[in-house]
Amino acid sequence: MHVLQLEGIERTYRTGALEVKALRGIDLTVDEAEFVAIMGPSGSGKSTLMNLLGCLDSPSAGRYLLDGGDVARLKRDELARIRNEILGFVFQSFHLLPRTTARENVELPLLYRESQLSWKEIREAASEALDIVGLGDRMEHMPNELSGGQKQRVAIARALVTQPRVLLADEPTGNLDTRTSLEIIDLIQRLNDDGLTILMVTHEPEIARYAERVIILRDGLIRSDRRRTPERARERIEAWGDDVEDALDEALQEATSHGDIDAPPASVADPVPEEVGIEQETGR
Amino acid sequence: MKLSAVPYSAIKALRRNTMRTILTAFGIIIGVAAVITMVGLGQGAGAEVEEQVNRLGQNVMLIFPGERQLGGVSIGGGSANTLTVEDAIALREEIPEVVAASPEVRSQRVVVYGNRNWHTPIYGQSADYLQIRDWPLESGRMFDEEDVGRASLVAVVGQTVVQELFEGADPIGETVRVRGLPLEVIGVLSPKGMSLMGSVQDDLMIIPYTTGFQRVSGRSHAMVINVQVYSEETMDVARAKITDLLRERHGLAPDQENDFTIQTQEEVAQIATETSRVMTWLLASIAGISLFVGGIGIMNVMLVSVTERTREVGLRLAVGARSPDVLMQFLIESVILCLLGGIGGILLGYFATETIANYAGWPAFFSLEAMVVAVGVSAAVGVFFGFYPAWKASRLDPIMALRQE
Repeated sequence: MHVLQLEGIERTYRTGALEVKALRGIDLTVDEAEFVAIMGPSGSGKSTLMNLLGCLDSPSAGRYLLDGGDVARLKRDELARIRNEILGFVFQSFHLLPRTTARENVELPLLYRESQLSWKEIREAASEALDIVGLGDRMEHMPNELSGGQKQRVAIARALVTQPRVLLADEPTGNLDTRTSLEIIDLIQRLNDDGLTILMVTHEPEIARYAERVIILRDGLIRSDRRRTPERARERIEAWGDDVEDALDEALQEATSHGDIDAPPASVADPVPEEVGIEQETGR
Repeated sequence: MKLSAVPYSAIKALRRNTMRTILTAFGIIIGVAAVITMVGLGQGAGAEVEEQVNRLGQNVMLIFPGERQLGGVSIGGGSANTLTVEDAIALREEIPEVVAASPEVRSQRVVVYGNRNWHTPIYGQSADYLQIRDWPLESGRMFDEEDVGRASLVAVVGQTVVQELFEGADPIGETVRVRGLPLEVIGVLSPKGMSLMGSVQDDLMIIPYTTGFQRVSGRSHAMVINVQVYSEETMDVARAKITDLLRERHGLAPDQENDFTIQTQEEVAQIATETSRVMTWLLASIAGISLFVGGIGIMNVMLVSVTERTREVGLRLAVGARSPDVLMQFLIESVILCLLGGIGGILLGYFATETIANYAGWPAFFSLEAMVVAVGVSAAVGVFFGFYPAWKASRLDPIMALRQE
């Protein structure tokens, strides 16, 4: 069954007399429980496509069937309802509310539910979602007390709490180091295994290879759409442990041979890029 | 949006920036406090005025010569010489409702005692003047009808005169001089405080009107006739009778206007109350302006807050907030901010009113009414000044908002 179906989707931006066609006729169907990666150089229209898929924007032409209904011509507030009930969002820069506990961040989408839930139900749903992402013991932590990977897990829990049909991830690993990225991808793969449809925009081929279907955009058109057997992030993580030990041994040997007694710390993890995000945090 | 989540989110957002919340609320706190204080003081002043009017005496009428309009606009007419001592005597003798009538003659003179002197108003009055004014003596006695008939050289002095001339010592039996005329002090008035117009009522000397007319002022006509009527109910009857009698005595033809004006105690009170009411309004509008400025402060901060929290708004929109949800959130935030200010303002206003009223010696008024109005107004300020920023937030494009750095 198709979860989402695009037919001849176009998106044209007008700035004064200038007309830019960001998408020039996209046809795409995604089935239930697929894990799709969308790639492409900047300017290829992948952000525009993602905004349309996420019902944050409406196409200039074409049909967009989401979960059976056409959403291409819906109004602003109707789209908000679709986003709340059918879609879940994960962003590159997490977008957690600052000075708000993980649990409250996760509760947020449920506050906007049309069918109003009791506080108890909201609370339970949030705890459950945090358990799924493995942060059941960090519920009352503020975003600035969490690492980048943990923040992204909270963000994923927030996307899951509404039990969406589709998870849309926009560069979910863009702000994370390699090791943490793998853990996030592993989480996404496990969610996919449980039957969640996932669309992920990324510009890193390293990350795209964990998806079972990779779509490449160029100049507003789909250039390639390939299916393959994805790698498992979990395997990479397990192999990682040995790699790190090897790297550590090597570094130690080198240090002692140069006469340095204090071996430099094995900085496996790259520092997380400084965020200008709403978290306004000062570091980790 | 879940209803109970609206105030909850608003309070969370305000707590995320405690310092700014407090500072912003201060604008409203000061505005509301100013309104409450001004209204409270105005009411206190009004009550004080009322009390002073009562101190004027019971069922008192003042008859002025010539034309004299309510509110004292054409005060110049009061100098006309149309009222005589005989008029006063006739009023008392011929109108049963009139229990006392005192022809008043006033002059400013220097009063000398030993090597001290003091410039004070000297009032010529009848023997029943103190009864009209409901003004008890502190010591000594008031001059009587006999003193008036003989134009005795006696005086009753006010507290200020006692202080200035006798330095607080007992003046009874002492002799003071006015333009060489020796007057024996026979009584001291009890303190009376400020008059409606703010002059010190205790700075005066009262002598028999006969002595006043003949020996001190040199005038032949009464400047005012103070009349006391039997009861409040007979006020109107007495007024009509006095008018008829004076017109007859002055030989006025029916088409001629009165050459005198009658003012009752109520009319005097009305003028005074009107004045204090105008003052209250004036003060309250100044306070209102400061509340308005506080409101603009709220608007400013809310605008900054919306800009700062563009990403937050973007996220809320992305996870399903509708425009009205965002509008409501920011609006409630600003209303809560204003209500906090309102509550703070009530407390501050309460202390300010107490302090100032204490200092001014007025009764302090702190009405529930002013409190309700203040809270209502501050909530209204919140809605009014919060609406534009909230509306702006609700119109944000989620894509742009999410991308904002």
